[in-house]
Amino acid sequence: MQEFVEFTLGGIASGMVYAAIALSLVLIWRGTRILNFAQGGLAMLTTYLASIVISRTGSYWEGFAAGLAAGLVLGAVAERTVIRPVESKGPMNAVIVTIGLLIFIEGLAGIIFGGQYRSFPPAFSIVGLRIGSFSLGISRNDVFTAGAVLAAAVILAVVFRYTPVGLRLRAAAFGPQVARLLGVRVGRVLTLGWALAGLFGALAGVLVTPSTFLYPNSMDAIFVLGFTAAVIGGLDSPVGAVVGGLILGVVLEYVGGYLGSDIVPLFGLAALVLVLMVRPSGLFSAATTRQV
Amino acid sequence: MTLARHLAAAAAAAVVIALISVQLGSYRDYQIAEVAAYVIAVAGLTVLIGLSGQISVGNGAFMALGAYATALLQLRVPWLPAHLGGWSIVVIFLISVVVTAAGGAVVGVAAARLRGPYLAGATLLLAVAFPAAVADRYAGVFGGDQGLGVTVTTPAALGPAFPPTRWLTWLTCAAALAGLVLLANLARSRVGRSWRALRDDEVAAALSGINVARLRVLAFVVSAASAGLGGSLLAVVSSIVSPGAYTLSLSIGLLTAAVIGGLGSLLGAVWGSLLLALIPGYLSNVATSHGGRLFGLPSGATSFVPIAAYGVVLIVVMLAFPSGIQGGLRRLFGPVAPVAAGPLARLARRGRRAPAGLPASRHGLAAARHRGSGPRGDDRRGQAGEPSRRSGRRHARTRDTHQRQSEHQEEGTR
Amino acid sequence: MSAGTALAVEGIEAGYGGAVVLHGVTVAVPAGTITAVLGANGAGKTTLLRTVSGMVRPRAGRIVAGGADVTGRRPEQISRAGVAHVPEGQGVIAELTVEENLRLGGLNRRHAERAAGLADAYARFPVLERRRGLPAGTLSGGERQVLVIARALMSRPRVLLLDEPSLGLAPRVVAQVMGLVRSLREESGLSVLLVEQNARSALSIADTGIVLNLGRVVAAAPAADLAADVSLRRHYLGF
Repeated sequence: MQEFVEFTLGGIASGMVYAAIALSLVLIWRGTRILNFAQGGLAMLTTYLASIVISRTGSYWEGFAAGLAAGLVLGAVAERTVIRPVESKGPMNAVIVTIGLLIFIEGLAGIIFGGQYRSFPPAFSIVGLRIGSFSLGISRNDVFTAGAVLAAAVILAVVFRYTPVGLRLRAAAFGPQVARLLGVRVGRVLTLGWALAGLFGALAGVLVTPSTFLYPNSMDAIFVLGFTAAVIGGLDSPVGAVVGGLILGVVLEYVGGYLGSDIVPLFGLAALVLVLMVRPSGLFSAATTRQV
Repeated sequence: MTLARHLAAAAAAAVVIALISVQLGSYRDYQIAEVAAYVIAVAGLTVLIGLSGQISVGNGAFMALGAYATALLQLRVPWLPAHLGGWSIVVIFLISVVVTAAGGAVVGVAAARLRGPYLAGATLLLAVAFPAAVADRYAGVFGGDQGLGVTVTTPAALGPAFPPTRWLTWLTCAAALAGLVLLANLARSRVGRSWRALRDDEVAAALSGINVARLRVLAFVVSAASAGLGGSLLAVVSSIVSPGAYTLSLSIGLLTAAVIGGLGSLLGAVWGSLLLALIPGYLSNVATSHGGRLFGLPSGATSFVPIAAYGVVLIVVMLAFPSGIQGGLRRLFGPVAPVAAGPLARLARRGRRAPAGLPASRHGLAAARHRGSGPRGDDRRGQAGEPSRRSGRRHARTRDTHQRQSEHQEEGTR
Repeated sequence: MSAGTALAVEGIEAGYGGAVVLHGVTVAVPAGTITAVLGANGAGKTTLLRTVSGMVRPRAGRIVAGGADVTGRRPEQISRAGVAHVPEGQGVIAELTVEENLRLGGLNRRHAERAAGLADAYARFPVLERRRGLPAGTLSGGERQVLVIARALMSRPRVLLLDEPSLGLAPRVVAQVMGLVRSLREESGLSVLLVEQNARSALSIADTGIVLNLGRVVAAAPAADLAADVSLRRHYLGF
């Protein structure tokens, strides 16, 4: 029982990090139909920036804010510089450009910061919480991690549903041509989508790095899991991204806890295949499957 | 006819490689052998993506399957080497290819309903999960992180003085060329045409009697078999099979090579593989030849310069040659009209200038049918001609991208 | 161009890639009138509208809307200049609700005007109010056509470009849509450029009409004259 609670809560905490990456991928996929393989790399870079600001100012929160702001800017810059020219080309071109961007960013981080592992501070205590003598398996910082992603996701949902900006974002995603005819500056809206994606990626980076250390490839594994979460949830659905992240986080925590960590990737694959067998476009896909 | 031409081309390539390998030292020979292993794996992937329109981010897993099959056959099936001497490796290659083809069939069936990013996600996880997890979990069979050793004996007929690396080069290049000839013929065959049809429009292909599900699985089988052969070749080239060689980076490298070379083109697979195998090495040579220090950077940082530069190369090539290196070469040296662009686009244009008396609606309808879209052609004829002109960019199946594409075509830049 | 012209298209040449579709097309839509654009499939009718709204960039010629030269502007800029384009077929964004589709049409107006515009739309089209919370994809063909027209009106356009509003609709619904277009012109002085395959019903509500054939204007006259011209009808209009 104790183990079960620990694994569940721990899974939720890590699942919310995957959800943040998944959300960033969904934001980009909905707007530009591009899989952004560079998302983890961008998050790693912003975490380095946050790390520098923290060590200069001594304030975690200034670093936290700087990291998120850098995510916004980097996302927009990436879209404007290298993505915009391939948006009209085939999807494979865009994929390769994002892979090239990832490799470049990781190389750049190595050049600037070196390849050694750095520690990154958590926002709150990482001492395990307990109720009486009952250990919960999570720390104050895990609670903050899950809460921060949840809050960001809720804010995003509210913006999407109730603001003119959100309406523009959704219109540009679902019907770009119609949106332009109605006066929506689709080009700017797409850049905004990438910026928001950069923000969510940066959030994931800052939140997860205390437990992974910081190095040029530090976000690779997290990116793979976030991508998996997005695919499970359905790449068109922000809700799916969060649910997919939670499912993946909890399942992998159970597998790692009860069966051993070496087969966690296999079960990730199994979970994904299982979901896609039933729903080939993810759990929350609105679009019906192509039937031939 | 085409078979003869492909065989002739392969023979010519074989002669050139043989002559080059005699001239070069064993290190260069080794590099050629390595490139050969990549070429066949990338060629299989370019057929999968470029012809059948499916994506795989996980073909490194098939390479691992082929490589482990080769190592295990050599270790566990003692009668093979005893009976056949140096040539036993050919039999081992063939069995390994069959094994990976079967693996490809399993994955192909499981992936038959998946499209685009979902297929990418599933295959990506395959690449992550398969080699590492399996090798770790069943270390007794697969040798764990250490991996398994693979040895190649030079056939006695070549004499004792024959350099082993040269034999390795000949062996891998011959195997890769044989695979390429098969792929080239397949691409030209009825199967290849059906793949293109289903890539361009799945619904239309199904309506014209193509068994879509079977062809999609077949494409996975072919691509897995090619990757498996590539894995077998890489196993003998590096004389060891360990999970560290078959990471996600390898899978992504294969994908990158296929796209950079030019999707759907076997020659493009060669260019892409050369880039994949040689550029990082070349760049790090440049970096180290400056005494391990570039631009006054500390030596730890210098080792990252080739990585960053490789990323830049990928981006620049993709921006400069949207249809890959082979597409770029074709544009530079080939006939003015790219393969699919010429006749169809011209036809569409000619249809527009139909004499006034003709019922113009016939042309409109034909265009609409060609596109497999709504019941009326009307003024969209111009658009209908457009996608066929840009044949290399047809993968966008989703409505939104499709719309945005035509928008871009019409308007230029936003 | 006179002061009373809402939209003037002068000598437009346009096309896709290497194919030229419009060869010097000239149309003037006087303010407060409906101009029908008729012609067979492939005549260039839709391309004409797409060029006016900026989705196709003209290679030659000039487009003046509401006194401003909009030649070569982007669709979003032309939309802000008071030209609303209702594209052919499925112009609704199916994933958004009916109300969101409407709000999208009014995004470029001031905040206070948006709410008033929405109320106006619901007053005029009660069917949309009943469906306001549903995804637009659930509407019937006729309801969708009403929605896209209502959405275009949300921006208070001076010129409405209507592409094949009768496409795929039952005859009774076609009549309703045509009646709607007519009443819009009468009530709010809207100028309409109406592309129609269904020449008979278009001419029944239009003030003037032009006939396009293979990208050239072959006739331009008051709607009644066009409808009365038997040889023109037989050659180009098919009724």
